[in-house]
Amino acid sequence: MKMKTYFSEGNLIVKLDGEIDHHSIKGVREELDDIIGASRPKTMILELSGIDFMDSSGLGLVLGRYRKLSETGSEMLIKNPTRETERILKMAGVDKLIKIINQKDA
Amino acid sequence: MKKENKKLNSFSCTFPAKSVNEGFSRGIVSSFCSQLDPTVEELCDVKTAVSEAVTNCIVHAYKYETDERKKKIVIKGEYTENGCLKISVKDNGCGMENVEKAMEPMYTEGGEERSGMGFSIMKCFTDKLSVKSKKGAGTTVILKKYIGKANK
Repeated sequence: MKMKTYFSEGNLIVKLDGEIDHHSIKGVREELDDIIGASRPKTMILELSGIDFMDSSGLGLVLGRYRKLSETGSEMLIKNPTRETERILKMAGVDKLIKIINQKDA
Repeated sequence: MKKENKKLNSFSCTFPAKSVNEGFSRGIVSSFCSQLDPTVEELCDVKTAVSEAVTNCIVHAYKYETDERKKKIVIKGEYTENGCLKISVKDNGCGMENVEKAMEPMYTEGGEERSGMGFSIMKCFTDKLSVKSKKGAGTTVILKKYIGKANK
């Protein structure tokens, strides 16, 4: 899995590509936490359109970052998950905590 | 033997319980299952369920095992003429004392970075899930899924 991060209008954009599993998130989690800790973004947008596989390890990754952001009053959004990814997120009730936006042309 | 339940194909594969093999296990099961001409959704369901079972072996089963040579995962697969795909994922690890508890949604012993949704996903994405486990004697997870709506 590859991760790209950048800032846009004060928001932290995190774009993940590839497969999210227990193996692939090693290192990514720590790197992301460092960026969140250092930048204290108002909102973090997790862009998942490039994710072609995700299992429950991805849920752990998403929920763990959500908790971390919530501690400092920051918000999190999930953008453009694939149909399969969205199904897992919804199955676990993640959509009740974190808003999922589908906006293909941004 | 009923004609529709005739076994058409099978495989068995043993590999070390290393996280790098999570993707490998999805790959072999996905290739095997492709012979049944699954839909994208069916294939995704099978890959996800297998990934959950294999990740459990890696994260939980061998957490007390110090001998690397003993940390093995065995995946077996077969399908029958009626499109029933059966995959078993077996380890020889620490086993579970309380399988029912482990299968509860959001329950985990893997720390706060684990969602506790592995078994719920396996259950939801397959037609039948059975788990055999004994403390100290390993765990076997058997997933069954009918591939191809026409056969249902």
